[in-house]
Amino acid sequence: MNLLDPQGPVAAANSTILVDSVFIMLVIVVPTIFAILGFAFWFRASNPKARYQPDFVYSGRVEMVVWAIPALTVILLGGVAWIGSHQLDPAAPVPGTGSPVRIQAVSLDWKWLFIYPDQRIATVNTLTVPAGAELNFQLTSSSVMNTFFIPQLGSMIYTMNGMVTKLNLRADNEGKLKGLSAHFSGDGFPDMMFDVNVISPLAFPDWVAATAKSDAVLNEDSYRKLMQQGIEKGKPAYRLEDPRLFDLIANQHIPPGPGPELISDAGRPHSGGHDAR
Amino acid sequence: MAMTATAGHAHADPHHIGVVIEHPGPASKRIVTAYGFWIFLLSDIVMFSCFFAAYAVLSGQTAGGPKGSEIFEQRNVAIETVCLLLSSFTCGMASIAADVRNRFWFYLGMTVTCVLGLIFLVIEFREFADLVARGYGPSRSAFLTAFFSLVGCHGLHVSAGVLWLLTMMAQVFAKGFRADVLRRIMCFALFWHALDIVWVGVFSVVYLLGSAA
Amino acid sequence: MLGKLDWSAIPFDQPIPLIAGAVVLVAILAVLTWVVVKGHLPYLWSEWITSVDHKRIGVMYILLASVMLLRGGSDAIMMRIQQAVAYQSQGYLPPEHYNQIFSAHGTIMIFFVAMPFVIGLMNLIVPLQLGVRDVAFPTLNSVGFWLTATGALLVNLSLVVGEFARTGWLAFPPLSELSYSPGVGVDYYAWSLQISGVGTLVAGINLVTTVLKLRTKGMNYLRMPMFCWTTLASNLLIVAAFPILTATLAMLLLDRYLGFHFFTNEAGGNVMMFMNLIWAWGHPEVYILVLPAFGIFSEVVSTFSGKALFGYRSMVLATMAICVISFMVWLHHFFTMGAGPDVNAIFGIASMIIAIPTGVKIYNWLFTMYGGRIRFATPMLWSVGFMVTFIVGGLTGVLLAVPPADFMLHNSMFLVAHFHNVIIGGVLFGAFAGFEYWFPKAFGFRLDERWGKLAFWFTFLGFFITFVPLYIAGMLGMTRRMQHYDVAAWRPWMIVAAIGMAVLTIGVICQIVQIVVSIRNREALRDRTGDPWDGRSLEWATSSPPPVFNFAFNPDVRGEDAYWDMKARAQQQSLERDRPEYQDIEMPRNSPTGFVCAFFATIMGFALIWHIWWMVILGGLGAWATFVVFAWRDHDEYVIPAEEVAAIDRVNLEERRDLVSMAGTV
Repeated sequence: MNLLDPQGPVAAANSTILVDSVFIMLVIVVPTIFAILGFAFWFRASNPKARYQPDFVYSGRVEMVVWAIPALTVILLGGVAWIGSHQLDPAAPVPGTGSPVRIQAVSLDWKWLFIYPDQRIATVNTLTVPAGAELNFQLTSSSVMNTFFIPQLGSMIYTMNGMVTKLNLRADNEGKLKGLSAHFSGDGFPDMMFDVNVISPLAFPDWVAATAKSDAVLNEDSYRKLMQQGIEKGKPAYRLEDPRLFDLIANQHIPPGPGPELISDAGRPHSGGHDAR
Repeated sequence: MAMTATAGHAHADPHHIGVVIEHPGPASKRIVTAYGFWIFLLSDIVMFSCFFAAYAVLSGQTAGGPKGSEIFEQRNVAIETVCLLLSSFTCGMASIAADVRNRFWFYLGMTVTCVLGLIFLVIEFREFADLVARGYGPSRSAFLTAFFSLVGCHGLHVSAGVLWLLTMMAQVFAKGFRADVLRRIMCFALFWHALDIVWVGVFSVVYLLGSAA
Repeated sequence: MLGKLDWSAIPFDQPIPLIAGAVVLVAILAVLTWVVVKGHLPYLWSEWITSVDHKRIGVMYILLASVMLLRGGSDAIMMRIQQAVAYQSQGYLPPEHYNQIFSAHGTIMIFFVAMPFVIGLMNLIVPLQLGVRDVAFPTLNSVGFWLTATGALLVNLSLVVGEFARTGWLAFPPLSELSYSPGVGVDYYAWSLQISGVGTLVAGINLVTTVLKLRTKGMNYLRMPMFCWTTLASNLLIVAAFPILTATLAMLLLDRYLGFHFFTNEAGGNVMMFMNLIWAWGHPEVYILVLPAFGIFSEVVSTFSGKALFGYRSMVLATMAICVISFMVWLHHFFTMGAGPDVNAIFGIASMIIAIPTGVKIYNWLFTMYGGRIRFATPMLWSVGFMVTFIVGGLTGVLLAVPPADFMLHNSMFLVAHFHNVIIGGVLFGAFAGFEYWFPKAFGFRLDERWGKLAFWFTFLGFFITFVPLYIAGMLGMTRRMQHYDVAAWRPWMIVAAIGMAVLTIGVICQIVQIVVSIRNREALRDRTGDPWDGRSLEWATSSPPPVFNFAFNPDVRGEDAYWDMKARAQQQSLERDRPEYQDIEMPRNSPTGFVCAFFATIMGFALIWHIWWMVILGGLGAWATFVVFAWRDHDEYVIPAEEVAAIDRVNLEERRDLVSMAGTV
């Protein structure tokens, strides 16, 4: 999950900006740190060679430089930020080979549901994508906020109930990656890590076909069961009954997921976390 | 002692600030109290502005419930506004009476202010009770949530103001126009006028814009 | 009758909070018993609890902060241990407990450690630096302190009665809404912040008015010590930002208590509005904390370099620039919410712009040291340590302000490391520097240097050993608030961080030892002159500790670094030659208003949390009645006769004359 080992163009561009920005700043920061330590050491009271200049408290030239150095750095970095924000807008498409894959991700308490509307399948806690293809994500949440993040593919984005956020990514190399929720969402939050299988574009249709044969069906009823609070240890896969399911969730046609069940009137509710363990 | 206009030696003015007017020293208690209360009022207005912002964000979110134009009663709002604006005038009269130590006019001004404030509160309370009875309570939609909170927050301030007003009348009755009592009367007057200004905002943003929509 | 409260609220099944609570309870009872048995209660009541003296209140603020630092620190230790052991296991803390701990840690450290610490130092020092006898509203000052203490009490009460929030320190909805957090945790959180927030607002109004309206003769704006400037900026921010917090939490509470729909998923509520509102307060908040620290460093660096502050006007400008810009950057806390590229870029650049005045400050401290004669007393060590640490935190902060970088690092351990880097390296180091620097002023004796330096080195090293691994874990994709994890690559860094935490703990222990040792050796460490560091501003012009009236005469200021200037002058003329006749001094009387008001606020807060409505009404009436009683009293001041002032002042002058003759040789 190393951010400096990107597996897609978005992550690569993000981490390049990250590293470049650090180096731009280090150019200023390192000499400053040395100057602090150097001045502090040289002008120690016990150093007879250091000249005491109690009246050196104002110098127009020094002030000029002192304002200019951070200002110039920020102008440079501001340019990086402006260009980077526009080039790496999560909603901007990331061209790839082959036809784009549409994926609708829903954060549930506490698992990820990935709906492939065009392929009529859905998976939980496993995201399987073809290498090299443009991935168009639409994201929403069944209940509380979460953040969808695959560190080695780049940009993260919030999921919120009643709203759809957009994210475009591309995975360049086949292999297994990890994704996670990067916004705390309750007791089962640490179990919201999911597997990302990047497979060859040729194998993808086979995987779709195999998944579509699943006995389990995802429709409104099974979705309502799935959105109960709890942790999913397995990796179920579903045949998708209605490709409009995501829209029903996002426009709150299916009401938001329930919270924990109260077993007593007391201050401490029965926690979903107990089931989790 | 020669350090008045131009700072003589480098010690006193190392940064070349140059000609300065000497600060005369701490301000009087009256100034300090009023100034502090002004700052409190500013902070209170920041709080109101959050509720205004929330109203602006949520005013379209009717969730199938009523819109503003369907529930606002222009006539009531007009009466409320007249009450508050008049009460500001009478509050001003009471302040002048306090400054010239005239008990009769002070009590009269404060009483009228209090009555006008109470009329305002009764009308507002009836408006709220009526809406809730029709099923348009604050839980009905985000718009109503924001409406009740903004207008209710102002109403709570007016209620607190009335309580303060009565306390001040009691205090003048018991203690007379003492310096500290006069300072409190001044703060109360500032508070009451500030509520008027907030009401002008509520009136414009909620009722005028809402009725037009 | 008791609302939601019953026996199931006591966590009998959870040993850790129960034992911790029991220990604290026993400790409190022991201290109380000792106080009562020894007969100290009348002294405590009349000299401290009811005191309206800004110095006493400042000391109590700092005491509160120190105690809460231990509580928040224990939370931190538990979290570091949990993350060190919870690799492919549940560790020793179940999620519902771990989640309370990180929420409580954040809440306590910001609201009940950092805030009271800096407010305490400002209270203690600013009136002295301005050359006046008290703050603008002494009784309100006491009310503000006690309300802050009420908030702290409620947070700690949640340890044994009920639970604390499990939502993180900002309680984001919809997780914090009633449907997803049905317990009383969020209510504890919100009410304790509402109550202490009122206290903070009162302190803010008080200090703004003090700086703007109560300065001694000749104390022009551009002669004020830097700490007064940063106090002004910080308190202006409090006045402008805390009402936003109050309003936001009020909205959340309305949602939870009365079924409103500000931030709910249902009926058109808007969670993004919460994010915007809370950060519109939250970002200025970090500057509220760090600006006073900048002021402390300015005082310390200048004093221990034996020079006036370099580029004073630049510093003033930089301070006020930070004050204004800090309100224009809040959106950088949620670049990943899907706002467009223009919005993200504008707020990213605005956030970077704050780095300019901050950078200027660093350089000005640097040039203050240049040509100085630097004495490395403990406060100076903290200051140099701060400059080095803070610059790293600034670098990572500007990095996070670049939206594409933030897309990778948002909410990660990197972010956690960043804000600890600036808050520990900036605020806490500043608070410690100020503590060491002004301790002799408050208590009349210096702190032991040897233990102070040990404390610094352990804290400084411990900080890097703890937080550099977190930076690295963030680069390895680790997100914050993980109760357990299965990624092998994160584990070693979590273990190193736990070791670093141990080193930090040693630093804190050194500091406690330092205080104990210093109290024991107080006669040897006694500061008789009132000016132990060869200081430059007016707080050193009076005795240590200062008399209740601070100054026998309001000083007449004739330039920057007022006291340094006086000392320089005194080489030619003796100090008391131009002293006029001593006069009677009127001081505000002590008042239990603050304490009684906080007592009712505690009752009201507790009742609100547990839905005990009759008790809410009782508490509210009590608080109002307290103020009416206060308003009814006939004598709000007492007079210190001129002879007494003269006697106190002469003792001070005797001691000081020796110092002046010594300073004359400089």
